Amino acid sequence: MRRGLVRSGLGVVFSFGLVGLGWEAFSRSGLFSPALTPSLVAIGSTLAQMLLSGTMLIHVLYTLYRILVGLVLAGVVGVPLGMLMGRAKPIERFLLPLVSVLSPIPSLAWVPVFILWFGLGNTAAMALVFYAATFPIILNTWTGVRSVNRLWIRAAEAMGADGKLLFRKVVLPGSMPFVITGLRQAFARAWIAVVGGEMIAATSWGLGWVIFDSKEFLNTDVMLGSLVVIGILGLVFERLIFQSIEARTVGRWGMVRAVRG
Amino acid sequence: MHQIELRDITFEYDAQERPVTALRDVSFGVDASEFLCVVGQSGCGKTTMLNIVAGFLKPTKGEVLIGGRAVSGKGFDRGIVFQDFAQLFPWRTAQRNVEFGLEMKGARPTERAETARRFLRLVNLENFAGAYPHELSGGMQQRVAIARALAYNPTVLLMDEPFAALDALTRDEMQRFLVEVWRETRKTVIYVTHNVAEAVYLADRIVVFSPHPGTVKAQVRISLPRPRDTLSVEFLEHQREVIGHLGGR
Repeated sequence: MRRGLVRSGLGVVFSFGLVGLGWEAFSRSGLFSPALTPSLVAIGSTLAQMLLSGTMLIHVLYTLYRILVGLVLAGVVGVPLGMLMGRAKPIERFLLPLVSVLSPIPSLAWVPVFILWFGLGNTAAMALVFYAATFPIILNTWTGVRSVNRLWIRAAEAMGADGKLLFRKVVLPGSMPFVITGLRQAFARAWIAVVGGEMIAATSWGLGWVIFDSKEFLNTDVMLGSLVVIGILGLVFERLIFQSIEARTVGRWGMVRAVRG
Repeated sequence: MHQIELRDITFEYDAQERPVTALRDVSFGVDASEFLCVVGQSGCGKTTMLNIVAGFLKPTKGEVLIGGRAVSGKGFDRGIVFQDFAQLFPWRTAQRNVEFGLEMKGARPTERAETARRFLRLVNLENFAGAYPHELSGGMQQRVAIARALAYNPTVLLMDEPFAALDALTRDEMQRFLVEVWRETRKTVIYVTHNVAEAVYLADRIVVFSPHPGTVKAQVRISLPRPRDTLSVEFLEHQREVIGHLGGR
């Protein structure tokens, strides 16, 4: 276990080290202007400056604020809708065509529309996150409800559970593996949406905005530094939040195999 | 009077346009605290019969009486154990699984926990109260399922091949164990199986089903003293008798 961890750690260092070296050689070769392909040192020092001055923190907080509000709203709307679809045939018949058509539309394609509707700023970005996140939550929750083991329902009914109680005590926990998968997919989609949305719809702050804004001044180092932050944050969310939710619920219950590392 | 009474149960269902008769005019009674086994080949309608007694299915004709009252739907007077280990709720510990029926009945948390503990002790799993089902072996999971079905104090215990998915050694152990639990709790049991030796080991009386459509072929009383010696001449003779009923037309 310990040994495996060390080995996988070394693997990560090796793969990033190799790519980093390649980049460094490329950027110092003079094939392109250093303004276009800044060295790792330049990217690192710019990033450090942004971190120290606190501007990076503000960008990050804005982006997180937008994504969290959008995601929470998507969860509040998506989970109940998915549950209803799974439990009531008429609702399924009504919603499924709508969801099937709206879900594959890339959220970024809505940006111009949302700007017209909500104006530039937070609301448009949040609406975008909401749009991107809602459908994976609805679809996975719906699948989760339908895949609840019939034996659990039977056993519970035999013990007198029905209606609301059956739903709360059996269907809800029974569909958890899928609900969590839905939240995961929703986060991945929302993360893309918020950065993309900020590029166009945000006015002064946010990771997407700072990248887009930097092109005006040819600040490639700021762009690449922000991309690094976006990558790391996405990884942190996936690892710290979703994996630990999973480990504490469906992993603990043996409903899915827990992922380690 | 019988504790459970099946009166002329006929069950038909639609399969590809033509109605199929799964059970025809099935009638038998079970006395209070009697251990009754229903034996038959797979597809003879024995599980359908159990599902009707459980209230999951409505008979096309006939009725089931429990304690003199006609069965309508599910009720707290029956506890059910299925064959599949997956019947336990994976998100609940062994103890919380056993508490489920009491919870539905509206028992208070302290009372629930106490009763659950008592029944886990009955099935020798008090040390595993906090374990989740996936952490338990198949035999242990079935014991939790038995404790769960008994905990809300039903008068009748319905069992659908609960040990069929276990290995032979564990199955023998579980059969011995079930006899002990039954003697202690004095429940009325209907136990469905296709395993003749198991039925002869467990039952006071065996109802033999014949298939297509499912009907009662014969009834065999087993009055051997318990615990039964599975290698004794009498045991083997009873087994032969039941097999004779199963095989003969």
